[in-house]
Amino acid sequence: MKRLIAFSIAPLLAIAVLSTPASADAIADRQALMKDQGKAIGSIAPIAKGEKPFDAATVMTALKKLNDDAQKLDVATLFPAGSDKGDTTASPKIWEDNAGFVAAVAKYKADTAAAVAADPKDLESFKTAFSQVTKNCGTCHEGFRIKKN
Amino acid sequence: MHRFIKLTFSLLILGGAGFGLLSAPTRLDAAKLAATTPGDVNRGQNIFWQGGCASCHAASGATGDAKLVLSGGEELATPFGTFVTPNISPSKQGIGDWSLADFANAMTHGVSPDGRHYYPAFPYTSYARMQLQDVADLYAFMKTLPPSDNVAGPHKLSFPFTVRRGLGLWKRLYLSDQPVVTIANATDAIKRGQYLVEGPGHCGECHTPRNAIGGLDKTLWLAGAKAPEGKGVVPNITGGEGGIDSWSAQDIAYSLESGFTPDFDSLGGSMAKVVQNTAHLQSSDRDAIAAYLKAIPAHPNGYPAQ
Repeated sequence: MKRLIAFSIAPLLAIAVLSTPASADAIADRQALMKDQGKAIGSIAPIAKGEKPFDAATVMTALKKLNDDAQKLDVATLFPAGSDKGDTTASPKIWEDNAGFVAAVAKYKADTAAAVAADPKDLESFKTAFSQVTKNCGTCHEGFRIKKN
Repeated sequence: MHRFIKLTFSLLILGGAGFGLLSAPTRLDAAKLAATTPGDVNRGQNIFWQGGCASCHAASGATGDAKLVLSGGEELATPFGTFVTPNISPSKQGIGDWSLADFANAMTHGVSPDGRHYYPAFPYTSYARMQLQDVADLYAFMKTLPPSDNVAGPHKLSFPFTVRRGLGLWKRLYLSDQPVVTIANATDAIKRGQYLVEGPGHCGECHTPRNAIGGLDKTLWLAGAKAPEGKGVVPNITGGEGGIDSWSAQDIAYSLESGFTPDFDSLGGSMAKVVQNTAHLQSSDRDAIAAYLKAIPAHPNGYPAQ
């Protein structure tokens, strides 16, 4: 009996999995990537704030992590057409002004790569790199995200 | 029948006269203005960032020194129509010819030098709570900014919002120089924060829900609202459900300095521009705003679930 149930449920499950729209995956993927970058920023923001002492290794680890994540931001894959629907705060403007969005993402990638290349060895140079990178957060979220709750 | 016509006619005249009296622009008491000392440009610069003037009056996307060119022309799409922000740079097309009295009447009474009501898209409903000395200092600072000869276009509104005079009645309901909330045993920091938030900072203009005719619902002060422009919401910044109770005062102050939330998401939407102003504030003022926000009454979200 159990086997019979398992047999009849399996195809249903398969259908459920297969019918999940690709955009839901893209939404989950990009949200995970954003959260990961927030974590990396959070690990070094206390240094920029002056709450923790400067540590070159900690800073480098976080900047590399940020840069790795940034380079994974492929607009076509993570923001496919139609993925403004669903559990997302992505603004329709991403698709209305796709070139503008792609350019903003490209600038972010360039800035994180530059921060890694700068290899900050003291607090002042770190603060400069940190500010250069994090300016991108507000710029992009100003125009391309809609707060919903 | 004659009597009916007469009655209707008299009522119309009476109504018209009443409307005329009640909707007439009010002005600042000149003696109060005369009591201010000459504007201090350096203090005025602080007040400029408190007031967030550049967010609406500088060209969109302006950064650095370009934020000081207040050429206007930004479009604010609202449920009442599209407002176009005016040029407020010190030029012929801007406020170059304005006296301090003109400026102070615009800021605190929402009246133009030629006696017309301004639409409250210009947040004089908050600026009305500013100290006149701050207005005088801001005036002095704005006179030092680069002039622009840009002519901003007219607002795109439809009837009845095209009738400016009607705003006189609206102002009787919603224009007040009195504090919004009462906080028992407020510390100096909380009092300072109250001034900044309710006055120059004009936070309530977006973070508080409005009624059908655009008046703020002060029973839901800072509880969040539907975004005045387009989709989405402006968040609840009280300690109520959906709000920012989990943020410490330091978290709030840091978010206004850096744009980061406690979990290192970044403030977006129109708040991204606000942070570009609050980042310039003295840190004691950001701390004061935080102290006030932690002290105000908590409300659940002031907007329906999306």
